Amino acid sequence: MNIVVLLKRTFDTEEKISIANGQVQEEGAEFIINPYDEYGVEEAIRLRDNHGGEVTVVSVGGEEAEKQLRTALAMGADKAVLINTEDDLDEGDQFTTAKILTSYLTDKNADIILAGNVAIDGGSGQVGPRVAEGLGIPYVTTITQIEVNGKAVSITRDVEGDSESIQTSLPVLVTCQQGLNEPRYPSLPGIMKAKKKPLEEIELDDLDLDEEDVRAKIKTLDIYLPPQKAAGRLLEGDISAQVDELVGLLRNEAKVI
Amino acid sequence: MGRKVLVLGEAREGQLRNVSFEAIAAGKKIAGDGETIGVLIGESVGKHAEELIQYGADRVITVEDVQLAQYTSDAYSQAFMAVLDEEKPEGIVFGHTALGKDLSPKIAAKIGVGLVSDATSIEEEAGEVVFIRPIYSGKAFEKLSVRDGIVFATIRPNNIAPLEQDKARSGEVSSIEVPITNLRTIIKEVVRKTSKGVDLSEAKVVIAGGRGVKSEEGFDLLNELAEVLGGAVGASRGACDADYCNYSLQIGQTGKVVTPDLYIAAGISGAIQHLAGMSNSKVIVAINKDPEANIFKVADYGIVGDLFEVLPMLTEEFEKLRAVVN
Repeated sequence: MNIVVLLKRTFDTEEKISIANGQVQEEGAEFIINPYDEYGVEEAIRLRDNHGGEVTVVSVGGEEAEKQLRTALAMGADKAVLINTEDDLDEGDQFTTAKILTSYLTDKNADIILAGNVAIDGGSGQVGPRVAEGLGIPYVTTITQIEVNGKAVSITRDVEGDSESIQTSLPVLVTCQQGLNEPRYPSLPGIMKAKKKPLEEIELDDLDLDEEDVRAKIKTLDIYLPPQKAAGRLLEGDISAQVDELVGLLRNEAKVI
Repeated sequence: MGRKVLVLGEAREGQLRNVSFEAIAAGKKIAGDGETIGVLIGESVGKHAEELIQYGADRVITVEDVQLAQYTSDAYSQAFMAVLDEEKPEGIVFGHTALGKDLSPKIAAKIGVGLVSDATSIEEEAGEVVFIRPIYSGKAFEKLSVRDGIVFATIRPNNIAPLEQDKARSGEVSSIEVPITNLRTIIKEVVRKTSKGVDLSEAKVVIAGGRGVKSEEGFDLLNELAEVLGGAVGASRGACDADYCNYSLQIGQTGKVVTPDLYIAAGISGAIQHLAGMSNSKVIVAINKDPEANIFKVADYGIVGDLFEVLPMLTEEFEKLRAVVN
């Protein structure tokens, strides 16, 4: 099976966000594979181990994303592709990323494409379905289980807490939800091997795209931190007095009850 | 300037979701002095048309077919595209629900436009529609506008106020026939795991438990309080990992993001990943034995105490209050 994983480099979930000149500051921050994409990498490796084939991880971004691609290779992916847009694009949106990925994937004949259900930075969850539409293949989002049998694919997906059993067929794009699997840590031999695995770097030119083709449809006007909340109030007295006071405050001060 | 805006209404368990009324309000902001048109897709959804109009839609278009009884992206995109081709709108609004999240990128890709997902505010500034949406799981916000093409957004439940229902309002309801073909994904079965009617992401009140709840039975206390308040129960990752509850309840950076009017955190320490999922709630109450717990930093009101003592007392007090009000 020809398996492709779409992967994004994101801030570590522990990171505090700071902003200067309307931009999120990256300096000194830790970066990781977007956690939902990591489920994709893990599932791709398992599918390959069961069905044979090859796992390719693809990322759109800058030079720094190489580190996260190497991590995916160390987990067990076979090869990686970095579509480096650093020199070509100042800004992009989900349309931009999806268009680039679609152009790259269009002649790759992937049987199954795995993406994260959402990236924890931008949080839009658009790229997976957009790429599927661009490639003209079906997609299933927020999956928690997948089984492939020949061309037939059985999927369980999470729908706001309920679960749906879906039947579809290859080729298909899926987006991964928590609960799909428990991603492995790269082993030491895995890390050693990853250094020798192929990591191809390409640019928009190689995809016959120019800036104009992928120009963002959405314009960012500003980025800012949420307003600081005033310090909260710790209630005092014995517990039943505190409970009484809380009920009063919620009713009369906060007016939410 | 006026725009023609399509707003997708969404029913759940036989009723329009609240987010659909919020989406109409959002649609009207984008429309300006233009027209806001409700779109209803399903097997038998015409009965909801009047309500959409009462909440502000100028008219409603329905697409009904047995193949639309359950949501699939192929069937619903065919239905919506048919309406879009007929009406040629300048704006589109969906709720940022499971359905809206799944369908909106497909429609945006089909028509080659941008999409603002999960907007929490929409305002018109000098003729331009300006959106605000959370990024980095609510640790920051971005302000966006659309360069050109259709203004398309999904809105986060509980953030944009719906208009008052006006039972005297009326408008035209029409339907279009759409042949639904070539469904590539088929739903075999739906297993309901969510017990009660209130959806976590739309709930006005959320009672969430963490490791401090200690067991599956411990969550009964949360369920009881949630029932009295007409709210939903959520959980931290720690409680889900410990098997006290289902992952569908998880609130946080991985998991659901909620913005209820009232969030009560019981036995939750307040890891940054959890805060990411709830810190934009309007009022936050923290109950924790540890006065140093991080959750108190975001709480409006805090009780340092044992949740097993506090929650039943709260339930009792709210029950009394409910008895008085009724």
